[in-house]
Amino acid sequence: MKMVAPPALEVAGLDIIFGHGAKANHAVQDVSFRVESGGAFGLIGESGSGKSTVLRAVSGLNTHYHGDILLHRQVLPPVRDKGFFRRTQMVFQDPYASLHPRKMVNQVLLEPLIIHKLGRPQQRVDEVLDAVGLDPSFRFRYPHQLSGGQRQRVAIARCLILEPEILLLDEPTSALDVSVQAEILNLLHRLRSERRLTYVMVSHDLAVVAHLCERIAIMNGGKFVEELSVGDLRAGRATQPYSQALLAATHYRPASPEEVTV
Amino acid sequence: MAEPLLSVRDLRIAFPSPAGLVEAVRGVSFNVGREKLGIVGESGSGKSMTGRALLKLTPKAAQVTAARLDFAGIDLNAASERRMRGIRGGRISMIMQDPKYSLNPLMRVGSQIAEACRLHQRVGAREAAAKSLAMLEAVHIREPKRVFDLYPHEVSGGMGQRIMIAMMLVTGPDLIIADEPTSALDVTVRRQVLSILDELVTQQGAGLIFISHDLNLVAEFCDRVLVMYAGRIVEELHARDLHAARHPYTQALLRSLPRLEAPVSQLAVPTRDPAWRDGPTYRLEASS
Ligand SMILES: Nc1ncnc2c1ncn2[C@@H]1O[C@H](COP(=O)(O)OP(=O)(O)O)[C@@H](O)[C@H]1O
Ligand SMILES: Nc1ncnc2c1ncn2[C@@H]1O[C@H](COP(=O)(O)OP(=O)(O)O)[C@@H](O)[C@H]1O
Ligand SMILES: [Mg+2]
Ligand SMILES: [Mg+2]
Repeated sequence: MKMVAPPALEVAGLDIIFGHGAKANHAVQDVSFRVESGGAFGLIGESGSGKSTVLRAVSGLNTHYHGDILLHRQVLPPVRDKGFFRRTQMVFQDPYASLHPRKMVNQVLLEPLIIHKLGRPQQRVDEVLDAVGLDPSFRFRYPHQLSGGQRQRVAIARCLILEPEILLLDEPTSALDVSVQAEILNLLHRLRSERRLTYVMVSHDLAVVAHLCERIAIMNGGKFVEELSVGDLRAGRATQPYSQALLAATHYRPASPEEVTV
Repeated sequence: MAEPLLSVRDLRIAFPSPAGLVEAVRGVSFNVGREKLGIVGESGSGKSMTGRALLKLTPKAAQVTAARLDFAGIDLNAASERRMRGIRGGRISMIMQDPKYSLNPLMRVGSQIAEACRLHQRVGAREAAAKSLAMLEAVHIREPKRVFDLYPHEVSGGMGQRIMIAMMLVTGPDLIIADEPTSALDVTVRRQVLSILDELVTQQGAGLIFISHDLNLVAEFCDRVLVMYAGRIVEELHARDLHAARHPYTQALLRSLPRLEAPVSQLAVPTRDPAWRDGPTYRLEASS
């Protein structure tokens, strides 16, 4: 008999509405999923389908939601405590916006250590830079002196330095070139098993999601259309018409005029 | 080949550093015709600087030289800043990876597109607004009338990207430099954006420089591909022949891609050979 691992993270009946009255936008509707400890859960869907909004609610960045978000079976209050922000870290889609332009890498990495009062700061900085494949000399660079790939490594280093348990990854490699993407995906893969990290990952690239995640949900218009295993995704075994269309759209040819109208 | 739209010879871009000048772009030469030319390569290889140098939009610290920088009979090397302002966003448009840097946060998106239109084409306010609305429709924005009156922070990332594309294309440019224009977009939206760019090239005879780190995308979308490594072009290929790349760097890039149909636990990470920095460039036969 297969043991079902307890969920590290659980989302139950999540609903998020932006705006009021006639302008209300029901961005997330009745979304539920669970991720076991050490597991990786992927979210795919078109832009505007609500993926980042789900992730931001889980991360504690957006406190205005209905439904429950549970960490180790404990319902989390919408306003999270400091301990939560150490255990759960978010890597953003945009390595340009996520680093302060006037802070050197060293300062970017030291700040979370100071906030969370962790010892051996300089040693941790060196270790984490090494873990993300950056030379120690990068400590003295400003973001504008870094390429996009280097910025994303710094952003991941800033998360890892707190030794979190859960990483929320919002399109973490979509702005990176393929060689760096391969390194970052290998890094995320290795870190996950070494540190028993739990991942929730959003990406528009099915191959990237399939590389890291064993369960994948397809979102459309704020709802989960379908949740399936990575094996079923790879084999194209989606049951819903929307998911089938999304799987078929992974080609890069320009869409034909009929396909374009939305 | 007919007279190219753009001709670049021996472009070099250097940055001063405490250790002396660091060359980010080291002698890049290429032509662009009425075609889709892809530029691929890893981050830091000099793709964006190359694209920006064509519009003289490199950072202030950058030292740029070129033996030749010709665009449709205009010597860009000699063009004044004033002349460049007339060209930028008019005859040559640049679509950036991040809409945040191109959209004014304090202006409604419709007004921004209309302003770009009025700046470069002699049209009245009403016509500019009509063209802008049509352009929003052309980039497949749902409810374009509603979006017209929104501020940039009120739209999602993918929508912001399409709005910027609308602003860059509303002037009907001859050359479009698109720097990672779709990397933040999902598959279906990406295909719509590609269709819009494709239309400009095939129906309006524009030239497109498509900078991307996505080899599959470039192979399927572009006509010709330049592969950059450490500030140089190391290989030029017909897009359809990318799988038959000859340079070991290009071959390594292709192997590093995750593939839906072929799962692996470790992706192949390209190893770098110092000899590639100054090694041979594999050019197409017919090319100059
Ligand atoms: N802070 C916000 N205020 C208002 N609307 C928002 C906000 N964030 C997201 N939205 C809206 O929520 C919907 C889902 O957006 P998002 O989660 O960013 O989609 P995705 O990440 O799938 O591209 C969109 O309609 C978007 O406009
Ligand atoms: N302001 C700057 N000062 C010093 N070096 C810079 C600056 N901007 C870019 N560079 C360097 O120029 C090189 C090329 O950068 P870029 O053209 O942006 O690369 P790509 O677009 O291929 O990722 C990089 O190695 C980068 O570090
Ligand atoms: Mg998003
Ligand atoms: Mg770039």
